[in-house]
This record gives sequence, C-alpha cells and structure tokens, in this order.
Amino acid sequence: MRRLFFSALLVIASLACIPHSAVAQSSEWKQIPIPSLHKFQPAQPKRIALPNGMVIFLQEDHELPFIEGTALIRGGSRDEVAGKAGLVELYGDVWRTGGTKGKTGDALDDFLEARAAKVETNGDLDLTSISFSCLKGDLNEVFSIFTDFLRQPEFRAEKLDLAKDQAYTAISRRNDSVQAIAAREARKLAYGAKNPYARDYEYATIATVTRQDLLDWHTAHVHPNNVLLGITGDFDAAAIETKLRETFAGWAKGPAIKTPAIEFQPAKPGYYLVEKKDVNQTNIRMVEPGIRRDNPDFFAIEVFNEAFGGGFSARLISNVRTRKGLAYSVGGGIGSSFDHTGLTRLSMGTKSQSTVEAINALYAEIDGLAGNPLTDDEIRNAKDSILNSFIFNLDSPDKVLRERMTYEFYGYPTDFLDKYRSGIEKVTAADVARIPGKYLHKDKLAVLVVGNPAEFDKALTTLGPVTAVDITIPEPPQEAEGRPAQ
Amino acid sequence: MRSRFLHPAAILSLLITAAAAQDLASFEKRVTVKTLANGLTILICERPEAPVFSFFTHVDVGAAQEDTGKSGLAHMFEHMAFKGTDKIGTTDYAAEKLALEKVEAGYAAYNTERTKRVGRDEQKLKQLESAWKDAIKDAQQYVKVNEFAQIIENNGGEGLNASTNSDETNYHYSLPSNRLELWAYLESERFLHPVMREFYTERNVVMEERRLRTDSNPIGRLLFEQFIGAAFLAHPYHRPVVGWMSDLQSFSATDAQRFFDRYYVPANMIVAISGDVKASEAMPLLEKYFGRLPAKPKPEDVSSVEPPQNAERRVLMHDQAQPFYAEGYHRPDYRNPDDATYDVIGDILSSGRTSRLYRSLVRDKGIAAQAAGFSGFPGTKYPGMFLFFAVPTPKHTTSELAEGIGAEIKRLKDEDVSDEELQTVKTRAKADLLRSLGENEGLAAALAINQARYGDWRELFRQIQKIDAVTKADIRRVANQTFVPSNRTVGIIETTPRAASPAQKGGE
Repeated sequence: MRRLFFSALLVIASLACIPHSAVAQSSEWKQIPIPSLHKFQPAQPKRIALPNGMVIFLQEDHELPFIEGTALIRGGSRDEVAGKAGLVELYGDVWRTGGTKGKTGDALDDFLEARAAKVETNGDLDLTSISFSCLKGDLNEVFSIFTDFLRQPEFRAEKLDLAKDQAYTAISRRNDSVQAIAAREARKLAYGAKNPYARDYEYATIATVTRQDLLDWHTAHVHPNNVLLGITGDFDAAAIETKLRETFAGWAKGPAIKTPAIEFQPAKPGYYLVEKKDVNQTNIRMVEPGIRRDNPDFFAIEVFNEAFGGGFSARLISNVRTRKGLAYSVGGGIGSSFDHTGLTRLSMGTKSQSTVEAINALYAEIDGLAGNPLTDDEIRNAKDSILNSFIFNLDSPDKVLRERMTYEFYGYPTDFLDKYRSGIEKVTAADVARIPGKYLHKDKLAVLVVGNPAEFDKALTTLGPVTAVDITIPEPPQEAEGRPAQ
Repeated sequence: MRSRFLHPAAILSLLITAAAAQDLASFEKRVTVKTLANGLTILICERPEAPVFSFFTHVDVGAAQEDTGKSGLAHMFEHMAFKGTDKIGTTDYAAEKLALEKVEAGYAAYNTERTKRVGRDEQKLKQLESAWKDAIKDAQQYVKVNEFAQIIENNGGEGLNASTNSDETNYHYSLPSNRLELWAYLESERFLHPVMREFYTERNVVMEERRLRTDSNPIGRLLFEQFIGAAFLAHPYHRPVVGWMSDLQSFSATDAQRFFDRYYVPANMIVAISGDVKASEAMPLLEKYFGRLPAKPKPEDVSSVEPPQNAERRVLMHDQAQPFYAEGYHRPDYRNPDDATYDVIGDILSSGRTSRLYRSLVRDKGIAAQAAGFSGFPGTKYPGMFLFFAVPTPKHTTSELAEGIGAEIKRLKDEDVSDEELQTVKTRAKADLLRSLGENEGLAAALAINQARYGDWRELFRQIQKIDAVTKADIRRVANQTFVPSNRTVGIIETTPRAASPAQKGGE
C-alpha cells in the first residue's frame, strides 16, 4: 500500500522538476505539496471453507448497525438451453417473489419491509445470487428467511405468470431505446447471434418456461459446494461463524456444475445498419472479440485502455468530443472478462448528419495509434491515474469483500488486486506499444450503425458494403399472449 | 427508463431521509461548518474510515434562473467549468485571452447577421462565419486540451462529474486524502478564474447531449418538453434543463461568462467535504483557497409564481415508441409544512413490492410493468409536481393505467392508511437515512444540499421527526387538496399504427 503511493509521489515529484517553457504561473498547481498518504491496511475478510464445500467470507464493519450478505451461485443464463432462453431471468425474479415453503413472497415482503430489511434474488449471465440486508437486531429472523430461500424455495406459479408478463413487456419495448438496440446488436455481432452471452430471449422461449424448470434449475445448482457466501457488517465474526457452521452443516454436497463449451462466431467485418427513423442521433459501435483477464497482456491493456478511451483526458474524448465536438458520449477499449472473451468496443453517439464523419473520426484514432503512438507522457498519465485511484478499490470493507469473492468465484489468485497494482506498475512503454497492433484491428471490426440513414451526411455504402440488421420482434405464439383477460 | 425516474427521486431521498443510532449528536462532533467572510459556506465531515475524501460543491443556480432565449446556459456553464483556468489548460494565457476576444467579436458579428429578420446578406454571412471559425482555430493553438480533468485523473480522481437540474448545479469527485490541498486549489481556481475556451465546440457537445437525452428518447421527448411545457405556464420550470436547440445555437461565451458573474458568487455556493480529514487542519486550508473568491451580492431569486391550475391539461404524443402514461399534480415547494406528508404518500405508493401502486397495478391487475408516484418533478426548490407514471404491459392501455392510478388516489382520499403501512414508512425513513451515512459521496451531497435548502445541515436528521409526525389525517387531507382533476396534467404516449417498415414492426 505504502509503496504504491510512495512511487506515485516520485512521479509527481519528477514532474515538478521538469523545466517549463510556459509562463511560470501556469505551473502554480505543481508547487502544491502532496504529503504521503496515511498508512492504510484494509482489513481482509476471514475465509471459511465448510466440509460440504461451501465457502464463506466474513468481513466485520462496525460503522453502521447493519448486516448484509450475498451468496453467489455458479451457473447462469449462458448455461440455459437456447429454447428456454430467459429461464434464468425468470428464475432470478420468481425465486424471491414466489416465496418459501412456509411463506408466500407477499407475506415475506410485508414482514421484511416492516423492518426496513431486504432479501433479493437475481439471475445473471454466469451466476445467480441472493442477498440480504437488515438492521443488526433483525439478523436472526432475516437470515432464517435467507436460508429458507436457499433451501426451500417454492416458485409459486402465479409469480411465474407475473414475471412472464414483465418479460413480455421488456421484449415489446426493447426497440424503443437506441442505446439498448446498439448494445444488444453489437454483442451479437462480436459473439454471434446465437452465442449465450449475446442472444435475446423471445416471447416463444419465455412461454416455454414452467415452474418445474425453475425447481429443476434450483435443484441442479444450489448446492453448498456451488455457493460462495459473503457477509459484512456490524457483527462479531467468531460468534457468527459458529451460527453459520450450525446452519449449513447438514446441507449435503451436490454435483459440480459443468458449463457447456460456448461457441463464439464473430460477424464478418463490415458495416451493419439498424434503421431507426425516430432519432436524430446515430449510435455507432465498432466491435470485435477481446481477451480473458488472465491474458498476460492484461495489465498493458489496462494502461492502453486508460490512455486511449478510459478517462476524460484520454485520446477518444479529447479528440472526438473536446476537439471535434462530434459526440457527447464517446469511449472504448479492449474488453476483458474473467472467464470468457471480453468485448472490444469503440462507441459513440453523433448527430445523423455527421454519421460517416464520426466513423472516420474513430478510424482516425485507430490509425493514429500506429502513426502517432501513445507517448511516454500519455502512458505515464494513464499509469498515474490507475495507481493513484487504486485506493478506491479498497476504501470500504464491503468493497474489499466483494473483490475477494469475485476472485474466488472465478478462480483467480486471492491477491489478484495486489498483483494488479504491481502489474500496472511494471508496464513499460514498449508493452503498451504492442497492444493496439495485437488486439485492435481496424480490418476486423464489425461496425454497427443505429440511426436514420435518410439524414446521414453520406450513404454508409460509400464506406463499404452494408448489411441491414432486422430487429423486428418475432411474434408471440398463440398461448403466450399475456395472461388471460382479468 | 427506470434510472431516468430514479434520478430526481434519488436526489430527493437526500432530502427526505433522516436518523437514529448514528444520530445528530454524533454528527455534531464530526461536522464543522463555517461561513467565510465572502459568504461561501464550508462543511467538513470527519469520516476517517479510509484515506480518501469526497466533496460536493453546490451552486444555488439551475435552469430556472436562465433568461428567455438563453435556456440551457446553466448546464452549458457546468460544462465550461471543466475547461481550466488562466493557468491550467493554456500554453500562453495572455495571447489566448486576445484570441478569445476575437472569437467573441467574430461570433457577435456573425450572429447579428444570422439573426437579421430583413436584409440578411448570405455572402456576408458566409464570410463572417468563416472569420469566426478562423478565430476559433487561432485560439485553439493555445489550448492544452482537458488539462484540468487530466490533473484530477492523474492524481487519482474518482467519479469526476457534475450535474445541472432546474434547481441547482453540483460538482463532485473523490481523491486520496493527501490531495486535499491540491483539490482546494483546483476547485477554487475553477470558480476564481474560469476561462470560456473551446466554448463553441463544447456547445456542439451539449447539442449531442440534448439529442441523446431528449430528441432521441421517447420518454424524454414527452416529459422533458411537452409535459412540463403544458404543466407550467408562468414558472421557468416549463423549460427543458438542457435548453432549446435554437438557444443552444445562439448563446455565446460572453453570455456564459455573464451568467457565471451573476450567479457563481460565494454567497450562492456551499462546499462540503467528507472523509479522512481533520477539520482543525482542513478548515484553514479551505478558507485560504476559497476565501479568495470575491464577495458579491446574492442574486435575486425567481419572481414568477405558477398560478393555481384550474383546468386539466392533456398532452398526447403519437409516437413510434410503446405506450407510456404520466399524470402530475402541482404541489407546494419543499418548505411547505406538508412536505413530509408528500414524501410519506410517495413512499406508500411507490416503495418496493409492498407499495400500493405495485400491488394494485402490477401484481393484482397485471396492467402495468412498473408504476410509481413521487415528488420533485422537475424540481423541489420551487412549487413542482407530484408525478405518477406507469408502463403498461402488452395488451393493456394507458386508459386502464389512468383508471388504476385514479382508484389508488381515491383510496388515499377516502380511507385512512393502515397503522402498519404508516409505521413501515417511518421505519424505512430512519433506516434509509442510516444507510446513506456510510459513504463519503452521499454524505457530502446530503450535507451540502440540506445546508443550501434549510440553512442548516442538521435538517438532514430533523427530517425524520417531521416524517414521524405525519398522521393518517394529514395524508387524507393532502391527497384531497392535491389530487383533483383541475390540478392535473396528463402526458401520454400512444403508439402509431405500424407502417410497412420492418424496423417499426414488433411488439405483440
């Protein structure tokens, strides 16, 4: 910790020694002393591995009289069968609203809200989760509801109907937002339309999901050896450990989860157009597959991203927004994910009348990386930004807990955050110089354009062949037309 | 869509929440407040949990203060506050200053010709435009692009941002605590020596922000312009915060500088910090830097008062988008004794799965995917609206939503809420306040806003007592006086019948 800020200090100090050609007063801010940072060693959570395979992290935090916990469970929507796309979305909702064996979801809503407490569930791409939050005095009652949901959920049918209505509503409205269309279709271009990280759920796939499917999902996934539980707040770790060991001792191990192999089928490079007539701003996304976070180039990529598209002073914002005034929102970088290929993306919104100009402006930034490589100053600035703001990864006990749980969940070293810091420190200008050529390929990008082509400055076809993307929402099957009339 | 609605509500929650165990007494020991000789108020909250701090600069000026023809100027200045100073962002300020003066002269000449009603000379207009743009190019050579933001980012700045609404303008970010003095310098300098460099390029950026949030967003199109335009006749709340496009295309850097000179005076500003700082050391430091801002009289407040509404107003937008329903009722400003009652009503109607609108419209009737009602639209400083909105499920109509909301309003007027409901609201208000005290960003914001609105940060905690005092009779009385048809403005999106275009097909 201390070393990090000490080294950052040296950088600042050396900056201050550089002679300036500008008038003396312009360096006024550099004369301000930056003392060394208070010594800070954030408390690490206690890790407990139960004999049944469940892993628990306990992190005391006595600032406020609350206790909060989250269980992460392996397996998510990427693992559902394509014909039932949306199953995990529904599961994440109905797990909570459908109640437990003993109590309906509605009764639990009343009980918890009266105590300003929460128990919530969620379905995600590669995990499902359940969390609670309560005043410490309510822990016993709230935690027992939490464990009832883990062990004895009921998935009442009427709540599945309700969740399906919500999903149908989401489907029917998914073409109303230009940003939502762009994000969704860009993912499909980079990963393949049928790829589980990119595919949409549809009326037909939602309609096939039954209560039994939700029960089966739960039975298949919610086993102690598949669960990571983290608790933080105003408690005594030793006391709560005893309670947790008692609570979960009788929970038998289950089969390990296997994620089926996932295929990535990036779209051919070129231009893809979604026509949307009710907008005056075009959304542009240039995408290709990125990297996994365990790639040895990850740290150099982080520095590259910061300098190229990360912050306010990065190249993309400085050139495309500040200098050219072509966008309010512009950014991008080489994408990384923990256990699968990330999404590399350059994105911006520009008025219809500057669409082609904006695409060329983004290309100019990619070309610029070869003709006008990132300078030593830009790289040093990027490293300073990452290292000096590193403390914000650790400035509260629950952040420390969440980081630890994430690394454990994805099988990364528990000290990954320390490795991250030293990894960034070691990045050299030569490391960064290699990155764009290796990972950002102008000729491999799929360029998605969502907007009103009648108002574009030039036809997209002046850039190359254009493929029209049809975002028509498939009609629902007969039996899925919402719930029966009331 | 959700976040668009959570935004005003989230700001509001800073106002409505309040305390228990981490009580006022404990904060009395940790919060130091001082109004400097120039009128600027500083708040310091000691929270030494980690070696970081957050700040929140609140300027008591928003879109409501703009002059006709200059809508969007408050937000535009907010963007300009990131452009640096006479020492940051420039290679040679003396030369740049002259160049910027030429830009302004060029723009004034161009704009005068552009806006001539009679006798505009197109040839001359082109020459003036190109002379103005040449002047911009000339000035640009002195700019160190984004140096101000870069200094903050290089020093570990986190969450660098600002926001403007109808009521106020706020600036905020966090830094490691050893950067306190650097921050005090940067934050005071940006308001001591702002420079309107790159103004006309940034104006284009703001136009893109308008296209993003309003023009290309169906609910933005409805609520931010048509709805508030119908709901407010006299009061400036009728104007979009981001500004009308024609105003964005017309106002100048000189206008922005004048706006700054008039409203960014120390008596109109509050700076709050929370984190690993000691008031005994930090206060003299902050006083040294912020004390340099010259004292000026506090600007006059908005004088227009929205007259009572005595006829229902309806805005119906036929649009490519899916249907949406909103209805709003005028209510008094936040200083009204019934303010807490409105908050309680909003909570009973909207908070979570036990809320009345969720249970009735979403769960039982199945007509809405989402439904809520809350105060604070478009602002809270002046009399604004209590706004209901609902998103229909496929096959259900906006008139069913109107009926469903109407039934819940009738229930509020005719029947007492239950003891359990009222108690839940009060318990939740206390817990919400407590939860908000555990992070620097929220604390700095809440202290600054309460100090600005009530002249005393302690109001953050006292709000709890006001909520605790709300009775069933208060709720019925306020519902009966507010939720009446003549006080109502309705906004509806109905989907246009689908043409042959494949992009417009979809839905059920």
